[in-house]
Amino acid sequence: MTVADVSRFYGRRRALSHVSLTCSAGEVIGLLGPNGAGKSTLLGLLATLSEPSAGEVRYGDRTAREAGAEVRAQIGFLAHELQLYPELSARENLQFTAGLYGLDRPEARVAEALVSAGLSDRADDVVEGFSRGMRQRLALERALLHAPRLVLFDEPFTGLDEASCGALVARLAQLRDTRCIIVLATHDLDVVDGLLDRAVILRGGRMRELGKTGSLRERYRAAIAAGGAGRRVADHDGSGAGPPAASEAHS
Amino acid sequence: MRRFLHVAWLVVRKDLRVEARNKEMLLTTLFFAVSCVLVFSFSFVRGGQAVDGAAAGILWIAIAFSGTLALGRAFERERNHDALGALLLAPVDRPALYLGKLIGILLLLAMVEVVVVVMVAFLFQAPLFAHGWWLLALLGLGTLGFASVGTLFSAMLVKTRSRAVLLPVLLYPMTIPVLIMGVSGTAALLQPEPDLALARLWVSLMFFFDTVFLTLALWTFEPVMTE
Repeated sequence: MTVADVSRFYGRRRALSHVSLTCSAGEVIGLLGPNGAGKSTLLGLLATLSEPSAGEVRYGDRTAREAGAEVRAQIGFLAHELQLYPELSARENLQFTAGLYGLDRPEARVAEALVSAGLSDRADDVVEGFSRGMRQRLALERALLHAPRLVLFDEPFTGLDEASCGALVARLAQLRDTRCIIVLATHDLDVVDGLLDRAVILRGGRMRELGKTGSLRERYRAAIAAGGAGRRVADHDGSGAGPPAASEAHS
Repeated sequence: MRRFLHVAWLVVRKDLRVEARNKEMLLTTLFFAVSCVLVFSFSFVRGGQAVDGAAAGILWIAIAFSGTLALGRAFERERNHDALGALLLAPVDRPALYLGKLIGILLLLAMVEVVVVVMVAFLFQAPLFAHGWWLLALLGLGTLGFASVGTLFSAMLVKTRSRAVLLPVLLYPMTIPVLIMGVSGTAALLQPEPDLALARLWVSLMFFFDTVFLTLALWTFEPVMTE
């Protein structure tokens, strides 16, 4: 997957500015940065849910527009909003997804996903009654149900307990071994340290790759202290916004 | 084609399942339609005698208003928790998603119409069942035309903050023709001497309207939903 000089505007506001990134099969990439840096916007673009205002995203040698459903079938996306129907049970949510993706042996795959989510005993309960962590586990399984080749997770560790975090890291490592591309937007630096092959930082819509030495948290702090991904884009664009706030630099 | 219809059916089944659990849209729409007919009956029925021609208008007003209410919530489930994102990411023909939502709305409005037609027939002493097949054709085609345009607009406005205001503003100018056809066709059936030739003409025009707008909606749904 190649992200080539992508910018994304919302009206006059620039959410992403000249972002470039190349991801190879079997690579786990961490997308780091403070709130509002453009991580979710970039994941939405990679997931084909929106289009770049400038530049392009290529999957192999085709863009999302050229490949359409064929590319979408290969993407597993966990958004910040969990995209579940709270009135449906865990099983029904997964069955609906299995139907949309036209999976073989849907019942068996749904049953496996419920086991992986640790929700076999609550399979027929409506999602409305689930805790945030249970919903998160279900949404993760929904995103992986069709065995995607490109996994895009936005804050996948939100609401998960320690054991579930560990299980998810192990699962992601397995996916990497099957040559999946994994892009994670996360603030849980300690959890993903060791899992990531590369880490990039987004700030004010601009991207920069983190260094290789030291722990992920140290590298992240160093990047933030050094100005993250460069000056704020609004500043660069001459809109008058100031440099990053001190509180943000220490977040 | 089979896959297209299967996806539409999946969406219908999901919507019916959710509706069966919370009955949110059905109850809101039904109560609104019933209240509408009831209030009008106090105004247009004097001494047990309904004003001439009122029944057809009130029937369609109730359908249009309650239909707008239902259409306003048609994509609410998808908007909440961003389930729309998951639908749009699925490797399916996106018009199939539109068709599924449309069928769900049509089934809901059909349930409401059963109650409304009986109420209008009773309260306004209107011989609505004298030419039941013609009435069924008018209601079926009229509702399809109204809902096909409305479902598209509802999808278009799903991420708009002022969607509750914008939906009627966009919907009524486009669907006024089909509502007028419905009222005129129903009035033709309710005359002391029912004018079946006129009713047939309105049914044909409705069929034409539905064909044009349903085709346009299926054709434009994908670009409309692509951000």
